[in-house]
Amino acid sequence: MATTSVAVPDTPLIRLALARADDALVLGHRLSEWTGHAPTLEEDLALANIALDLIGQARSLYALAGEDCGLDEDALAYRRDERAYRNLLLVEQPNGDFARTIVRQFLYAAFIDAWWQAMTASCEPRLAAIAGKAEKETAYHLRHSAEWLIRLGDGTAESHRRAQAALDALFPFAAEMFEPVTAAAFDVAPASLREGWDRQVDAVLATAGLTRPAAPWSHSGGRAGRHTEHLGHLLSEMQYLQRVHPGATW
Amino acid sequence: MYSQGLNQAETDDTADATRAARFQARIDAEDKIEPNDWMPEAYRRTLIRQISQHAHSEIVGMLPEGNWITRAPSLRRKAALLAKVQDEGGHGLYLYAAAETLGATREELVDQLLAGRAKYSSIFNYPTLTWADIGAIGWLVDGAAIMNQIPLCRCSFGPYARAMIRVCKEESFHQRQGYEIMLTLCRGTPEQKAMAQDALDRWWWPCLMMFGPPDTESQHSDTSMKWKIKRFTNDGLRQKFIDATVPQGHFLGLTFPDPELRRDEATGHWSHGPIDWEEFKRVVAGGGFCAADRLAARRKAHEEGEWVREAAAAHAAKRAAKLAASKEAA
Repeated sequence: MATTSVAVPDTPLIRLALARADDALVLGHRLSEWTGHAPTLEEDLALANIALDLIGQARSLYALAGEDCGLDEDALAYRRDERAYRNLLLVEQPNGDFARTIVRQFLYAAFIDAWWQAMTASCEPRLAAIAGKAEKETAYHLRHSAEWLIRLGDGTAESHRRAQAALDALFPFAAEMFEPVTAAAFDVAPASLREGWDRQVDAVLATAGLTRPAAPWSHSGGRAGRHTEHLGHLLSEMQYLQRVHPGATW
Repeated sequence: MYSQGLNQAETDDTADATRAARFQARIDAEDKIEPNDWMPEAYRRTLIRQISQHAHSEIVGMLPEGNWITRAPSLRRKAALLAKVQDEGGHGLYLYAAAETLGATREELVDQLLAGRAKYSSIFNYPTLTWADIGAIGWLVDGAAIMNQIPLCRCSFGPYARAMIRVCKEESFHQRQGYEIMLTLCRGTPEQKAMAQDALDRWWWPCLMMFGPPDTESQHSDTSMKWKIKRFTNDGLRQKFIDATVPQGHFLGLTFPDPELRRDEATGHWSHGPIDWEEFKRVVAGGGFCAADRLAARRKAHEEGEWVREAAAAHAAKRAAKLAASKEAA
């Protein structure tokens, strides 16, 4: 029956495209939850803008995965359940306060911007083309979140406390970003970006006057579909119309 | 503050009378009044009230549609809705800026909204219950807004008129998008079509109320017409909207929730049944179904954002102080 979730074949290209698409969609969805509720009108516009970029990236990547498995972007986004989602645990974490949202964005953007930059040289031309567009967007996301993290770290005692608490809470989710997704030649190994990420994060934290958490452990499992409890709620909200009206066109 | 340099109320009555005559002559000649030009205090107050109400409407208007961003049924619809709600925030921003040219700050205007002293369009006090409401809002609410706003592109106050030109371009795009959602639903499954009909049933009458009370009862019309802030009467605009919208609804195969709706062959206009002005008054007075929720959402965002705004201000002050110190040292 049409409500049944779709099955997606596992090839390196599909796995990579889906993992990155799921990252972008889930984070874009989280940011879109701020719309109308942000601390300033300017931030309402900025967060919606970043969300739109990420949803746009997700659509390009789903389209790419779909070319290889015959499913459209909506089948891939709306008809896979949480165990089939391949996103990082970091991006599904709830928005929390503004500091939590900014730290989540910064940790991710500092990684993904470098990854997209490297992917512009991918030997898979369709991925390289997506990378060319995505990198320009994530460079802005990185600048936006880094500038805010500095404002929050340096601003008031309260903003400093909240920014530090957000870092402490989210740092255990950062290491997952550096796990390999595929071993394919067209993929850039995330581990190769670790050093650059460390440098960039340390530099921003130093300017912000924040302390890098020791993170004695890290959480992992998103790439294998083992998620935190938050993702199921996000997907039930996102997917409900497609699931309630199987086969309908919107 | 940006607007402090602008001219303030004049007290000399004779001088005022001469200026007022010159002011009216400029308006009659279709000249644009600019922020630094002399203007009667009542003109300034009327515009601040109208522009800020318009800005508040854009900001509160983000909430009912924002209610469906996370549940939009396809990625294309999700992106379009998010972009639309973002446009509304942008409209709010230009409009607050236009009001600032008249000497009101965004902070004080927002405070009035949060304190419940300022009005916003009562249409946003109705709930969005299904996805079809997103289509109906685009088609009907934005359609009605365009009818109200196109004449404002020729408003006598320059900054408002110029803001409206851009706002109207975006609104007409939103309206087509909303109609396209309705069209897709009406050509879809029976459940989808029923969803579209239900949305029209709920939104039609409140949309007719968006044009304000009947001309016989409107308080602000005469002076606003003289000042060319307003160019058409409430009833005139309402009729234009009905005439444009009814054929669109029939094309969708939907029925309007008004048994008295019929086309007058002689005039070509659609005549309608009585509007429930008691409901309108109740909603305008703050008794709207979602009024408490809408204000609570705005207050919550404002209160929870306070530490963020303070942090940004504190950081900016520290940076400025550092910069000044380094200049002094050099």
